[in-house]
Amino acid sequence: MPKNDIRINFELFQILNEDGRIVNTRDMPQLKNDDIKRMYELMVLARVFDDTALKLQREGRLLTYASLQGQEASQIGSAIALQKEDWFVPSYRENGVFIARGHPMDMLYQYWAGDERGMDKLDSINGLPVAIPVGSQIPHAVGIAWANKLLGKRSVAAVYFGDGATSKGDFHEGVNFAGVFQVPCVFICQNNQWAISVSRKKQTASETIVQKAIAYGIEGVLVDGNDVFAVFKVVRDAVERARSGKGPTLIECYTYRMQNHTTADDWKKYRSEEEVERWKQKDPIERLKKYMESEGIWDENYEKMVWDDARTQVSEATRKFESVEPPSPLDMFKDVYGKLPPEIEEQRKDFE
Amino acid sequence: MTRMNLVQAINLALKQEMERDSTVVLMGEDVGKDGGVFRVTEGLWQQFGDSRVIDTPLAEVGIISVAIGMAIAGMKPVTEVQFDGFSLPMLDQLYNHAGRMRKRSQGKYHVPLVLRIPHGGGIRALEHHSESLETFFTHIPGIKVVAPSGPYNAKGLLVSSIRDPDPVVFLEPKRVYRAIKEEVPEEEYEIPLNKAEVVQEGSDITVIAWGAMQKIVREAIEQLNGKYSIEIIDLLTLYPLDRNTVIDSVKKTGRCVVVQEAPRTCGYGAELIATINEKALLSLEAPVQRVTGYDVPMPLPKLENYYIPDATRINKAIETVMSF
Repeated sequence: MPKNDIRINFELFQILNEDGRIVNTRDMPQLKNDDIKRMYELMVLARVFDDTALKLQREGRLLTYASLQGQEASQIGSAIALQKEDWFVPSYRENGVFIARGHPMDMLYQYWAGDERGMDKLDSINGLPVAIPVGSQIPHAVGIAWANKLLGKRSVAAVYFGDGATSKGDFHEGVNFAGVFQVPCVFICQNNQWAISVSRKKQTASETIVQKAIAYGIEGVLVDGNDVFAVFKVVRDAVERARSGKGPTLIECYTYRMQNHTTADDWKKYRSEEEVERWKQKDPIERLKKYMESEGIWDENYEKMVWDDARTQVSEATRKFESVEPPSPLDMFKDVYGKLPPEIEEQRKDFE
Repeated sequence: MTRMNLVQAINLALKQEMERDSTVVLMGEDVGKDGGVFRVTEGLWQQFGDSRVIDTPLAEVGIISVAIGMAIAGMKPVTEVQFDGFSLPMLDQLYNHAGRMRKRSQGKYHVPLVLRIPHGGGIRALEHHSESLETFFTHIPGIKVVAPSGPYNAKGLLVSSIRDPDPVVFLEPKRVYRAIKEEVPEEEYEIPLNKAEVVQEGSDITVIAWGAMQKIVREAIEQLNGKYSIEIIDLLTLYPLDRNTVIDSVKKTGRCVVVQEAPRTCGYGAELIATINEKALLSLEAPVQRVTGYDVPMPLPKLENYYIPDATRINKAIETVMSF
């Protein structure tokens, strides 16, 4: 009888443990103190942006909003591992990635307040707009990566999605194409354990998400998604592998969503306080802070400066997006086709 | 000029566009070595190789969604789906992304892809191979829908579709693929994606059809032996619709019959009649009649000829309108 045991052990790749100690010096990337500080400052900025978004939403100043808290290391560590010419393809939770790539925070707020102009100018940072239908963006990254390959460009495409998205057909079809055609694409699954109220274990009977890579014949890495050094290292290696023609990688960032799925649900209905509390102990920002303190590149003055600076930037972004003139109603007729067909031209005239 | 059938005309258009523009790639199931299930892409893999004529995994959503990404990043993918019924899973990507990417990116990205679908019934194919789904596509903002009826217009329309900056669904009348031959110029030409054709001028009644129904309509009208002066309109492009040609004709004749293969309710014919009501109601001498498929699942080959509009039903509708 053939043994039908497909349990596959992927070891969790970690560099910085929960106490902020380096447990894997061999793989620790060469980072200057300024690089580490930049990681920390971006993670704090993403946290402040997110906290403020939740507050703005409660006050009715933003629409439904999906928090990224707890996933700062996964988002910032991966985003800064990309080169400028690389593409990023987000879902709806990647505000940290947008911020790290340089998309203005006031425009992010503008989008989440229901103004589509907030997704303008993404071509300048090789980003696609927020994609809300879960998993539907995954194959777009494959196509972008493939086009880059066919056009002889060096760019890699990185696509972000959650654990829930791996249950969708789009995930399967996208990753399968990437494997077959060996396109320079990096699949970054932020497994934050919960797809709204459904736990990771209810998404798939697989022990891990990353083991699906084996079925597609591509590389897979399971990484501690709350360890910014490990995420940076793993994503950078995968991006460079892809760039050198060695094919795609599926990365599972093992992390946790500390807040609700969006502002429209209440996590207390589906998970325990004890579980949330346990993950709070693994807060990626706290972890990096402990490390920096032990290395002598963090002190109370620096801490105050970083948070004050983040708050200043975010309140400036808030002020800026709220002072933008509302869009012209005629904007809805813009950018539907390259040239407006007569039907729509007539509807536009009727509207006026 | 060479006499060619619709398969040859499309094949030539693809070949010439691929020679002209190195960003044009073909993608689909069996489009390479096999030349496609209808042999429309025959010989192109041999000429252009694996990286331009791509045999994909058997995954319709993968084909369209990966093509969307390719189009955003500078390629012009011409995708093929084998049969109508298999195109339905692609609606999600067409609706949510292909048709919206220009809008979602504030005009910074666009999706110049073509989706070729062999369209409609009449070839004694299996279940799910013979539907007429044009309404599903014409209802999606941001995409264009083209429905050639013969070799000459298919070639020019496909060239325009490939060069168009927006996503185009290209519905090939599969029962016409090898049914007729026409003179088709070897040299390239475009037929604009907003122009209907007045195939035959007339003064008593306007008959409107597109795709495979165009041939059926012409055959039906021949059987009337010149009893009425009939204007025949071939729409060629369903979205954007050339409303002027339709309205001018109906204003002239005062009578109209619309012929569609798809089920009746909410079919494209309903849109035509609504347009006529808005723009030419006072010119009408009689209610506009629809000759359509029935609101039933497309029958299998034993019954499909009872479902698809034929000369008898078309001429009955013409008589009804003429004698109103």
